Amino acid sequence: MYDVAIVGAGVVGGMLARTLAAYDLSICILEKENDVAMGATRANSGIVHAGYDAEEGSLKARLNVRGAEMMEGITRELGVPYRNNGSLVIGFGEEDRRTIEGLYARGCKNGVRDLRILEGEEARELEPGLSESVVCALYAPTAAIVCPYELAIAAIGNAMDNGVSLKLHFEVGKIEKKEGYYEISSGEEKVSARFVVNAAGLYSDEIAAMAGDHSIQVHPRRGEYLLLDKDCGNLVSHTIFRTPSHRGKGILITPTVDGNLLLGPTSVDMEDKEDRSATEEGFARIVEQARENVKNIPFRKVITSFCGLRAAGNTGDFIITSPEPGFVNAAGIESPGLTAAPAIGEYIVEMLKSQGLVLRKKEDFHPVRRPAYAFRNASVEEKNEMIRRDKSYGRVVCRCETVTEGEILEAIRTNPPARDLDGIKRRTRAQMGRCQGGFCMPYIAELLSREMQIPFEEVTKSGKGSEIVAGRTKETKAK
Amino acid sequence: MTEKNMTCIICPMGCSIIVKMEGQEIKEISGNTCKRGAAYAESEIRHPERTLTTTMRCEDGRMLSVKTDRPIPKARLMDCMERINSHVAALPVSIGDILMKDVFGSNIVATENKGQEGR
Amino acid sequence: MTDLVIIGGGPAGMSAAVAAYEKGVRDILILERDEHLGGILQQCIHNGFGLHRFGEELTGPEYAWKYEKKVRELGISVKYRTMVLAVSPDRIITAANEEEGIFTVEAKAVVLAMGCRERPKGALNIAGTRPAGIFSAGTAQKLVNQKGYLPGKSVVILGSGDIGLIMARRMTLEGAEVKAVCELMPYSGGLIRNIEQCLNDFGIPLKLSHTVVEIHGREKLEGVTIAKVDQNRNPIPETREYIACDTLLLSVGLIPENELSVQAGIQLDAVTGGAVVDQDRETSRQGIFACGNVLHVHDLVDFVSEEAETAGKNAAAYIMGERGRSCDIPVSCDKKIRYTVPQRITERKDLTIFFRVADRYRNVKITVLGDGRVVHSVRKLRMAPGEMESIRLKGELLQDISRIRLELEEMEA
Repeated sequence: MYDVAIVGAGVVGGMLARTLAAYDLSICILEKENDVAMGATRANSGIVHAGYDAEEGSLKARLNVRGAEMMEGITRELGVPYRNNGSLVIGFGEEDRRTIEGLYARGCKNGVRDLRILEGEEARELEPGLSESVVCALYAPTAAIVCPYELAIAAIGNAMDNGVSLKLHFEVGKIEKKEGYYEISSGEEKVSARFVVNAAGLYSDEIAAMAGDHSIQVHPRRGEYLLLDKDCGNLVSHTIFRTPSHRGKGILITPTVDGNLLLGPTSVDMEDKEDRSATEEGFARIVEQARENVKNIPFRKVITSFCGLRAAGNTGDFIITSPEPGFVNAAGIESPGLTAAPAIGEYIVEMLKSQGLVLRKKEDFHPVRRPAYAFRNASVEEKNEMIRRDKSYGRVVCRCETVTEGEILEAIRTNPPARDLDGIKRRTRAQMGRCQGGFCMPYIAELLSREMQIPFEEVTKSGKGSEIVAGRTKETKAK
Repeated sequence: MTEKNMTCIICPMGCSIIVKMEGQEIKEISGNTCKRGAAYAESEIRHPERTLTTTMRCEDGRMLSVKTDRPIPKARLMDCMERINSHVAALPVSIGDILMKDVFGSNIVATENKGQEGR
Repeated sequence: MTDLVIIGGGPAGMSAAVAAYEKGVRDILILERDEHLGGILQQCIHNGFGLHRFGEELTGPEYAWKYEKKVRELGISVKYRTMVLAVSPDRIITAANEEEGIFTVEAKAVVLAMGCRERPKGALNIAGTRPAGIFSAGTAQKLVNQKGYLPGKSVVILGSGDIGLIMARRMTLEGAEVKAVCELMPYSGGLIRNIEQCLNDFGIPLKLSHTVVEIHGREKLEGVTIAKVDQNRNPIPETREYIACDTLLLSVGLIPENELSVQAGIQLDAVTGGAVVDQDRETSRQGIFACGNVLHVHDLVDFVSEEAETAGKNAAAYIMGERGRSCDIPVSCDKKIRYTVPQRITERKDLTIFFRVADRYRNVKITVLGDGRVVHSVRKLRMAPGEMESIRLKGELLQDISRIRLELEEMEA
């Protein structure tokens, strides 16, 4: 019997798990995929929003501002890169200026610090790449960037190091209320817990319905992105947003914490919760809009394109509710959900406490996690020390991102363990550089095969069904 | 008189060769830039042949690159693959070692060194 | 201090090392990231290598062995499993391996021979999903030839570069069905003989002016949609066609791997993606030379070896204080020619200018202009972007000339 079961190992579930891990509780995270951070956390913009977007008084506004305040400290503890680069909402005309003035006023009410409205020239002084047509901008110096899946992986890893269990391939099919606890089933497998938190992202409506709450509706919103080579990461230093208008929110242009340049997302409401297919029109829209906002974007430096699905709710605000004591929903966590995640964790812990969860601080809680990418960012002395202690750090596997065998083995051996090629990629950046794994993929697959003690043929890209080879040569008969 | 067009594959030049024929008889070969091209064209008409390059599994499970040491009939390529696929190479092996004899008129030889120290 | 450090032990690095040794340099060190010498040749098990150099048709590993044997016989030092992390403008090389950790080597001269990599799939922005089953052709080649695994059983190949064509045959021989090779351009970028013996021999269709417009399948690739493209290379919607397959191989071009060159402050050519060099393959940084596919992508390894000999020999001359730059003549070209190597001439002596043309041409005249005046010209019956061309210039033609330009003129048939 667990004290708390969290359904969904995204950034919301992960942050909650880590917050709860500070207390003397037994906790499990249930995840249907082969890895954590596989839903909306996998592919989003990675922005720590300052907090001027959400309507004053809303849960979104409150948790956004609080989450943004918490983020720097949390990322430091978790050893995850965080860059306070500031953001600019750029305007092209009088209508945009009025909107920007409105955002400024709202931001001030929400408690966002240091907001300023800049004239076009001032904005270009701050960000020389901006289009000459920009006439004004809202400058939010507190905005920052993080990597969403790294944050989730680190939070869950840290929670696991502090005793939280993670059950993968656990696709919740049934939730039964028993005497003082819930029984959650995935096929034949069952888990019992006194409290259940639904952080199932795109599927949070279905999980809520299993517990009898039919009030929530969540639908997927498609967002396509283009990622440019590392030598483009300096093209802009701030996160550049377009002023929201009747035409929508527009795409953003931002450096990433890893030094790439990210363009996107598009925003299209969908029905199929698993359809992550990108479209030609989407890519064309990104290119067209990005060009209007920033000068001289080298589009031929695109190294990858991808598509994510965000969980959009039906209320316009985060849906953090408790239909009955013991069951809490964290649904419709759309933007600024990543920013708000630490605050959502804190908020839900308070809810659970009010419903009778006993919180006793654990004395041996370790909030600090060893930073990822130890090698690339280390000094020469540190690198030598690493190689002296473990030779595998002297073998560079991914040439493009300088990732060593030692780091890949660490990704397979530490919490939450990587079990497939994409899992290695998200944890170490190996295969994420210019050649996109062309050179190192076969070698990484061999390491996975060796460490997991499975045949090479069973190594997958991203869980069952995505095996990378069909079989051994000489044994596959001609048709 | 009939004409057959073909691309010479003897070297990377890839000459376009025209073979003029009367019935089964070759009357004229043109377009080639060397003697080997003419020989190729004639062979391609009479009995097309290819050198097969492929791999063989070694006794330790690794792969060894191999080839036929002379061209074999083109129509036998897949049969030759089947023969090679059912064979396992004993180690060590050096470049040029004969691994299988008389497979469709050719020997299967190693094209890499394997099993020596450090390999 | 080491006399000559060579970065990369593939065909270019080995050939440069041997040439430098033969010129009299003894203190040579090759830094190789793999466990063996030979580079990419080790996975190129097909034949067709060495006709120019050795007058016989060799497979990749056999060709590599010819040079490896020489490197061994001459006792040239090699550090294996060693990744070079940085090269400074003053030729201090930082590298890492298991035994020595991070270490630096100071060199009198450096030869860059890091080779090239394949263009990744993401750069193509194909619509659809990102399932398992999509490989660059070279990755598939490594899996099949060296690791002994078959990526899939039904295959579509995008791009008709030589590696793609070679893999069409390899996958077929190993029991897969190759359903089509799609080429965006109206002509193939590969060698004609490879189209003949890798596709036509096995009845594999080559679809020119076609591209993959969508990828299908969630976990594993289930199929691709291909379409014909118009003159502007835009897909024509009415021609969309679905092909079921579990493997998509991409053979859409190679890019020189020049991260280290950039760090060393070496000037790069935007077209080749490699360094700007003179006739001796010296880069804009004195004492740093470049050769092989890191300089510009070659179609024949024989020319890689030849170019590396030039680089190795001249790196040796630099070390021995025998190199002088007596002039600086820029070499330019018109739009019908994509690039030239070298891009500048620093000594008025006999030399060869290598170049690639931008399109397919018939019946052309290549003219070499010195200060606007014709100094040399050659006629060619056929030219194609896939084939590297060269033109030899006599040293005396260069006297009193301050700039060189190559022009291509299409003649009346």
